[in-house]
Amino acid sequence: MSARRIFARPARLAAIAPYLWMVLFFLVPFGFVLKISLSQTAIAQPPYTPVFDFSEGRAALAAAFAQLSFDNFRLLVQDNLYILSYLRSLVVAVTSTLILLLIGYPIAYGMARLPQRWQAVAMMLVIVPFWTSFLIRIYAWINILQHDGLLNQVLLTLHIVSAPVVWLSTDSAMYLGIVYSYLPFMILPLYATLSKMDASLLEAAGDLGASPRQAFWLVTFPLSLPGVGAGALLCFIPIVGEFVIPDLLAGSNSLMIGQTLWLEFFTNKDWPVASAAAVALLLLLVPPLVLYDRLQRRQLEANR
Amino acid sequence: MAHTVTRLTRFNMTSLAVGLAFLYLPIVILVIYSFNASRLVTVWGGWSLRWYREFFSDRAMLEAAWMSLSVAAVSATLATLLGTLAAVGLARGERFRGRALFSGMLYSPLVMPEVISGLSLLLLFVALNAERGFWTVTIAHTTLTMCFVTVVVQSRLSALDRSLEEAAMDLGCDPVRAFLMVTLPLIVPAIVAGWMLAFTLSLDDVVIASFTTGPGSATLPIRIYSEVRLGVKPEINAICTLVIALIAVIIVIASFASRLSNARGESAAPL
Repeated sequence: MSARRIFARPARLAAIAPYLWMVLFFLVPFGFVLKISLSQTAIAQPPYTPVFDFSEGRAALAAAFAQLSFDNFRLLVQDNLYILSYLRSLVVAVTSTLILLLIGYPIAYGMARLPQRWQAVAMMLVIVPFWTSFLIRIYAWINILQHDGLLNQVLLTLHIVSAPVVWLSTDSAMYLGIVYSYLPFMILPLYATLSKMDASLLEAAGDLGASPRQAFWLVTFPLSLPGVGAGALLCFIPIVGEFVIPDLLAGSNSLMIGQTLWLEFFTNKDWPVASAAAVALLLLLVPPLVLYDRLQRRQLEANR
Repeated sequence: MAHTVTRLTRFNMTSLAVGLAFLYLPIVILVIYSFNASRLVTVWGGWSLRWYREFFSDRAMLEAAWMSLSVAAVSATLATLLGTLAAVGLARGERFRGRALFSGMLYSPLVMPEVISGLSLLLLFVALNAERGFWTVTIAHTTLTMCFVTVVVQSRLSALDRSLEEAAMDLGCDPVRAFLMVTLPLIVPAIVAGWMLAFTLSLDDVVIASFTTGPGSATLPIRIYSEVRLGVKPEINAICTLVIALIAVIIVIASFASRLSNARGESAAPL
């Protein structure tokens, strides 16, 4: 038997504890979400028993039809609310991902072209905000964007605007917050592919008469597509379920699905509906999650 | 003229500079304003430590800060232990049954929206009839952050030269001994960086903690969040600056750890 295979057995044994942990605290909880989303009566103990118990699930729909009560009407209204917040989540996630690509790509590209020792510094500078508290960074923006905040002060002093502009509780503020928070997640995978790129390919393109622009679009960009995919998924998936940023920066007239779920759970104390929203959100995220898992695995194989 | 295609252009430099300014300026402004003497957040009233004193006499905030620090320390330690074991299993276990499920379970929390993780864990805790508070938040944070530790340690393990541990075994070490004597010392920097990352992630989390905590045991981010919803308060600026300072110290330690691993001729962890 090779040393490698002798080593593998205790390594697999080492994985038992984390395996069991993840099954118990990651996999099994989804079972509970599914179960409660389909149940009409809350399994929860008082004082958390919901006042109105109904869910989006098919079983609940049939039961609601059987009852044909006020609940049924409310369910339909809420259904509409859900569809709207799903659509909004998708629109926000797609738009933000595109903005992130447009902003993140030039930055990653600039990083990849820095002299070697500066690249490490630039990478460090991009990673540090990732470590810094997400909530604090959003709060920092509220400071700047509020009515008499720094941004309005600067704009007024420079006579760009004549009256303070409302920045907070707008979609622009939310997009700004999302782009700000997720930028490192976009830059790092892009930088990883761009910096590994073989410079001689570009030189060859140049020797064959390509202009820098042609060389970029014909060589660099196509070769960086795996990084584009990884960065886009790394941003898109969590943004769809984002809660804190839209809650603090966007207006309250249209909600993202994460906010709707939060509202159902904490304000309406309606656990079945919140669970149903979670199941639906999860279903929406399965295709991008599978894609992401595949990319991640390919990356690991390539590194080996 | 080949190198016109690979040269660092002015456009590259500008986008880099603007991008970094965008990332750092808001934080710098926040830190400066935390030393503002004025009660009005936007009017500069001279330098002062007033809001720091305010924080250190705010009992509820201090309790929340203590709760957060203890949850972060305990969950980061558990996560480092479990995450390192998981990384060893994935990087050295070759093929085994359930491997795909295992790596799937470890990778998906990295991108899973926090509302889903939070809600599902809460439903589990309710079903188990567990009293919510310190331990439920700690378990929730351990589950999330051990995945980050796994990624950091696993990438380090995959980059290691395996002939070292194989040589140890040829010289008569059993696998466990070879791991403890040869592999473990080499991955210590990644383990340290993983612990630091887990600690900061736990210190940062508001969504999962909101779901899994009980009444009377709010974490610092939960308190900050509820204050922020009511508007900007100078005291929050001071608290945020303190958290940033703490994280800065952690980053310096973690970067020393990864520099150590660089010095040993291997690539640093990706995070």
